[in-house]
Amino acid sequence: MTQLALVIDLNVCVGCHACVTSCKQWNTSGAAGYLSDDNPYGADPTGTFFNRVQTFEVGEFPNTETVHFPKSCLHCEDPPCVPVCPTGASYKRAEDGIVLVDYDKCIGCKYCSWACPYGAREIDEHQKVMKKCTLCVDRIYDPQLPESERKPACVLACPTSARIFGDIHDPESQASKAIREQGGYALMPEWGTQPANHYLPRRRTEIRIHPDELERHDNPLKVDGLLPRPSSKDPALDDVTSW
Amino acid sequence: MRPALSVILLTTLIGAGQGLFLALAAVEALGEASPGFLVFGAVMVLALLGAGLAASFFHLGHPERAWRSAAMWRTSWLSREVIALPAFMAAAFAWGAAHWLGWPTLALAGAGAVLAVALFVCTAMIYACLRFLQEWHSALTVVNYLVLGCASGFTLASAYAAWTGPGLARPLAAAALGWTLLGLATRGASLARNARLKARSSLQSAIGVKHPRIAQKSQGAIAGSFNTREFFHGSKPGVLRSVKWIFLLGAFVLPAALLLAGLPTPAFIVQFAGLMFERWFFFAQANHPQNLYYQAVS
Repeated sequence: MTQLALVIDLNVCVGCHACVTSCKQWNTSGAAGYLSDDNPYGADPTGTFFNRVQTFEVGEFPNTETVHFPKSCLHCEDPPCVPVCPTGASYKRAEDGIVLVDYDKCIGCKYCSWACPYGAREIDEHQKVMKKCTLCVDRIYDPQLPESERKPACVLACPTSARIFGDIHDPESQASKAIREQGGYALMPEWGTQPANHYLPRRRTEIRIHPDELERHDNPLKVDGLLPRPSSKDPALDDVTSW
Repeated sequence: MRPALSVILLTTLIGAGQGLFLALAAVEALGEASPGFLVFGAVMVLALLGAGLAASFFHLGHPERAWRSAAMWRTSWLSREVIALPAFMAAAFAWGAAHWLGWPTLALAGAGAVLAVALFVCTAMIYACLRFLQEWHSALTVVNYLVLGCASGFTLASAYAAWTGPGLARPLAAAALGWTLLGLATRGASLARNARLKARSSLQSAIGVKHPRIAQKSQGAIAGSFNTREFFHGSKPGVLRSVKWIFLLGAFVLPAALLLAGLPTPAFIVQFAGLMFERWFFFAQANHPQNLYYQAVS
């Protein structure tokens, strides 16, 4: 069983919104139709997005930390949005675990958005159907793209490589290793939805310098690490000789 | 959650219709009613259900695809409601037609009563099954939909009897009073339960940062989004408190007083309006965990 997912490294995300704009660009241009926007240049712009970057301030001034938090559909392994759909428009693909909406079957009753604790689904106010992240299902299997580009648009756009795409059921995938080795966690674990997307926590980033690291190990003249020559008047170890 | 007028009308109208059917079936079982009384009663039941069904279509983005919504009855309570509603309407129609034609009706009354109760359960379970909407995720939700629907239906039956069959008006008013007072008790119980609820999700579990002080600075959009419109009622806390007292008075206390005073028609009008306030409050009070991600715009 494959479960494709994103692993998002909060330690690396700089909050540039490149994943948001690339997602919007790719998904508004596809065969499924545009993603609506209203008043894009007006006073109260609004629109349908699959992915949003939110910003949180943790701690109390002046000891605060800014956390940029990209949020999209988590492709839960037990998605609560799927069984509530009355038409079967919402479904989870058995072959790769992606949760999708069939826009031709959706009646726009919004019940699935009520059943998602993460607010990952947004209705398209003009097409009147529910929309959500597809993990760029129309990219990742496209044989016309070079293999290195068969990834979600947000992953390709991220300038800091904060987004890892892969099969979290394959223990050898980069995504699985990141979850396993870097403390990957799920959002709102209390509801038992088993989100496939994971987040890597903020970490303390500091450099530790050991004295031997300040010497070059390959210096041919062996001058690194030599102490300055003591004065000839300074006492020597044996009190007899001097320089 | 944002209360949608279409859903408020759907649930209150069909609740009154189902309650009215149960009242008429009870009257029939006791052998007290004339066929004409029951036939026009069935017409009223179908009118209420039809109006509720029509209102529900305004909730859909694609009403022309509504027929698809019967497909997932194995998993979705909404799908089950979509099946139970026309099934109940068909039973009510057949029951009224059988009375009109003078055919035996007892089996149809029984089937209709079972379907009416099933429809109450389906409607309520649409909300009660959503486990992270903690205000709704309770057996009291199902009990309230049943009891409040019966209260308004029996009050309507009493008003109807007062106009056409005065002998039935008083026992029906007594039953309506019983349902109304029971509704006050069960709705009061759910109010008390919800007042003591502790949210299971927090901003800490929402973003996975364990620090006790987290403040949102941006939600990824400079203005509103579907997430800020659909899941917030948009009213001040004072409005919510006022609506609570309005519905406690309008749906329970005043109708009970009017029923005791022998005025079932005003009682029904006041109670139906009160139940619309009750339904508005039911939606507005539910606090969706996604709101944790949408606390500040920029």
